[in-house]
Amino acid sequence: MSHDSDLHRHGDGSWIGRSVPRVEDDRLLRGNGRYVDDIALPGAVEAAFLRSPHAHARVDSVDVSAALAAPGVVAVWTGDDVADLPAMLNKEELRTPPGLAELLDPVVRMTPMPLLARDKVLYVGQPVAVVFAENRYLAEDALELVDVRYSPLAVLVDPGLSLAPDAPLLHEELPDNTAVAVAARVGDPDAAFTRAHAVVSEQFEAHRYVASPIETRAISAQVEPYSGRVKVWSGTQTPHRLRDAIAHTLGLESAAVHVIAADVGGGFGQKGILYVEELLVPHAARRIGRPVLWREDRNENLTAASHAREQIHRIELAADAEGRLIAVRDRITVNFGAYNMTGLVVPYNSLCHLLGPYRIPNVDIDVVGVLTNTTFATPYRGAGRPETVFAMERAMDRLAAELGIEPEELRARNLVGPDAMPYATGLVDRSGRPQIYDSGDYPELLCRAVAKADVEKVRARQREGARDGKYIGIGFAMYIEATGLGPFETARIDIAPSGRVRLAIGAPSQGQGHRTSMAQIAADAIGVPFDVIDVVGGDTEATPFGVGTIASRALVTAGNAAHRAGRLIREKIVETAARRLGVDADGLHLSDGVVASKEPGGPSMGLSELAGRAPLPGTPEPADGRYGTEISETVHFRPPGFAVSGGAHAAVVEVDEHTGGIEILHYVVVHDAGNIVNPMIAEGQVTGGIAQGIGGALYEEMVYGPDGQPRTGTYMDYLVPTSSEIPDLDMDEIFTPSPMNDLGVKGLGEGGAIAPQAVLAGAVEDALRPFGVVVRRGPLSPSRVRELIRTADRT
Amino acid sequence: MKPSPFDYTAPSTVGEAVALLADEEREAKVVAGGQSLIPMLNMRLARPELLVDITRIPELGHLYVDEAGNLRIGAAVRQARAAADTAVQDGWPLLAAAIEHIGHPQIRNRGTVCGSLAHHDPAAELPSAALALDARFVITGPRGTRTVTAENFFVATFSTAVEADELLTEVVFPPLPADHGWAFEELTRRHGDFATVGVAVVLERSAGTGTVRAARVVFSGAAPVPVRLSAAEDALVGSDAGEQALAAAAGAALARLTPSDDIHATAEYRREGAAHLLVRACTTAWERC
Repeated sequence: MSHDSDLHRHGDGSWIGRSVPRVEDDRLLRGNGRYVDDIALPGAVEAAFLRSPHAHARVDSVDVSAALAAPGVVAVWTGDDVADLPAMLNKEELRTPPGLAELLDPVVRMTPMPLLARDKVLYVGQPVAVVFAENRYLAEDALELVDVRYSPLAVLVDPGLSLAPDAPLLHEELPDNTAVAVAARVGDPDAAFTRAHAVVSEQFEAHRYVASPIETRAISAQVEPYSGRVKVWSGTQTPHRLRDAIAHTLGLESAAVHVIAADVGGGFGQKGILYVEELLVPHAARRIGRPVLWREDRNENLTAASHAREQIHRIELAADAEGRLIAVRDRITVNFGAYNMTGLVVPYNSLCHLLGPYRIPNVDIDVVGVLTNTTFATPYRGAGRPETVFAMERAMDRLAAELGIEPEELRARNLVGPDAMPYATGLVDRSGRPQIYDSGDYPELLCRAVAKADVEKVRARQREGARDGKYIGIGFAMYIEATGLGPFETARIDIAPSGRVRLAIGAPSQGQGHRTSMAQIAADAIGVPFDVIDVVGGDTEATPFGVGTIASRALVTAGNAAHRAGRLIREKIVETAARRLGVDADGLHLSDGVVASKEPGGPSMGLSELAGRAPLPGTPEPADGRYGTEISETVHFRPPGFAVSGGAHAAVVEVDEHTGGIEILHYVVVHDAGNIVNPMIAEGQVTGGIAQGIGGALYEEMVYGPDGQPRTGTYMDYLVPTSSEIPDLDMDEIFTPSPMNDLGVKGLGEGGAIAPQAVLAGAVEDALRPFGVVVRRGPLSPSRVRELIRTADRT
Repeated sequence: MKPSPFDYTAPSTVGEAVALLADEEREAKVVAGGQSLIPMLNMRLARPELLVDITRIPELGHLYVDEAGNLRIGAAVRQARAAADTAVQDGWPLLAAAIEHIGHPQIRNRGTVCGSLAHHDPAAELPSAALALDARFVITGPRGTRTVTAENFFVATFSTAVEADELLTEVVFPPLPADHGWAFEELTRRHGDFATVGVAVVLERSAGTGTVRAARVVFSGAAPVPVRLSAAEDALVGSDAGEQALAAAAGAALARLTPSDDIHATAEYRREGAAHLLVRACTTAWERC
């Protein structure tokens, strides 16, 4: 396979592959973004939610009379007031693909969430009542007057205790606290472990942390007096799903609800699911008869927007005498929090990404998702992959130590080679089909990362010993990511009479730069200049069907839909021009927005001329009965399989024995996302992902006390890294185009976030090798590092 | 995160401000930079009925060195202004260094020196710096004006000698001998965070013997108040600040400090960190003597 960087130039080659400056940036950097809170709705009332202060309690009574009498209060609702509405289910995410159901027969238990808690509260932060008032200040004043009586119940926080016989039962209609359970086997793992030369057996834990978008959740709604339809502005990543859920909850046709995700300040998965707040606000707009706005504050975002990442892996690796993996066994516990919001998504992602880039013939994985009295957990950038990669890569490091070989060498011996592509792992993918790695060159990823990280230099310095109590270490981590999740995405292209091109896609942007990258794709596909294209996303009126921007899928799915729509419309334009010009379409060429004869000096026609022949009143009907205005194409792209991205990260760190401080001296990332549409945007995506990954590795943890009280409810205690904490990244890329789509692209929105926890844990463990430290959990706070050193068996 | 209702007023004299604070009809709270108070209001952890903004009181806007050589900083002086002042940088470099450790530029542009002292987060920079620099606090209230030493100023977390009806109008830093050396060190989770643990050190060198004539060692983040550790100081005074003396001082820190656990660090981490920082800070301070 060639890694010529020119490979990523594609199609006509004029726009794809170029770092076209983001057309979004001028507006956003000047403060002209339009987020939900910026969209003025005259006469709007503001909502504020009363949230449970208890992790587990019966709700005995709710008295809102004093709150109702407070100044500026328009309405106060409790669970009784919305008891006529169906409880919330993230139906799309909870659906088990037929193939998976048939082959693995997973357990997926539904836990519908009441829009406002009635009988019981299951986590601190659960909405119990909502106040609508003239402004948020008055609403919060009234919240203090709502009198709720609770009877506290036994609290369950530790997922390791969820299935204990005496564990408090969260959902009394369920037999136990299991939300999902699924298992997969390949080969004969038991026999492989029996004959293994070396076995490592460890428990690794991924700790709980959260997405922290700069813009918190927000939603506003109003009933359009003219049409009677409900118009909703939301920071959602999945506007079409939200539209359908609102319509279902309110008993309306989907067409009676219009959802717009305008500018959105980051989603990272946290805005890719449905929340009760998003259903109550549109309902209130109808019932109160005024526009309604709810804007989440940071305390709510940290405690009541979805959490992520908490998993326990009891993992075993078996290898032969040459250090070749012969089996893996993993018992994974996923902390779902109080509700099963997204079913198999995270557990199954963890399951089917555990093998990563490695060839392992015998596999035995069990995953159970358990319920606890904590905020529900859902996908967050990486969605089960950072957790599983942490376990696998940590186990690889332990195995390397056990075998006495270099960690990168152990990895090199076990990679799936490029000649094995497409490679079937023996598992079933998330869609229920045999899991296939469509393309990739993992040895090349590793090789480049090793060369950049300069292992020999690190080893030489280690031989010199610590300097001033500072120990240097190096770590490696690799991952693959199945991107481009189906089932489909929509693109619609219209040529306006002016000659401008409107591209509408189902996937909204939360900062990914779709207005730029999607326009690059369409410009090449059609043969028009980049700047005549206007991209519209996140508006359910612009494309009646769509899925959303989640799961590293937008470029693969919406991008290829745009590409196909562009190709089709190009044909249509050329045919229309041929008819107008009275020549054969084969003799025409569309380039730079002009249809021209392939012969020099032949006829030509611009797009505006072509599309601008409107049927004005009194204009005689053209002889062929066809006007020029109807130049439009809609494509629903259904990916035939996953486009599998991959990457190798390496980190060199220095650990201060005395302070426990970690300095990242060198951070290397080599990634592969197939053909790259806009290298600058791609680099930004990888960089942002790594920053969030470093946050999880070293700083961020959502901590609960044993009483189920969150202890990190503000940014004083929940530590998000700033630019000061993120080192410069040493980045390289290879290009193995995906055969799964015309553009050969793969998703890369999540990739950067997948490996940092693993690579930094490996590097710190390597640095502290003289102490015999094993890193089993993050974040690697200085205090935790000191504790590792203090409690280690010094070798 | 919206505050409960409150009124706001910005008096123009200390007398007016104190009268408002002493009014028993309304619970009033002083606001200057607001960097700690406003978040507490927004979380409804503080619920005053009246905010008395003292930043528009001309008599509190002073920063100067008086005839006796004392640095006097009025209650309306922002941290950024103090840190940028050449008299501060030349005569009280520890103070300037401590301020540089506070948050980020935006916070220092708003926050005041006296506000941080009166708020008294024991992990903050200025309380330990003030104790290390032997500052005096001028407090005005309905019973007149009084001066309190740093030893007596800090009472407990978020609590000082300033009563509810009083105003800290000024902090006074006495001059330091020319042959002093100083250091300000912190362990923080991130750039700009409150200290997990920190230390401020002032050493004076005897010209004749070349030994430590006097030492002030103050820890932050180690107790509900900044802790001046005389056992560590005793180990240093009369010594050459060499390895043995530093080890003895660090040993005193390990033995005497009783910090607590929180989600960021264990007590043990704080104790070890304090001892380690002490050695580092004393070494630096001695080099600067």
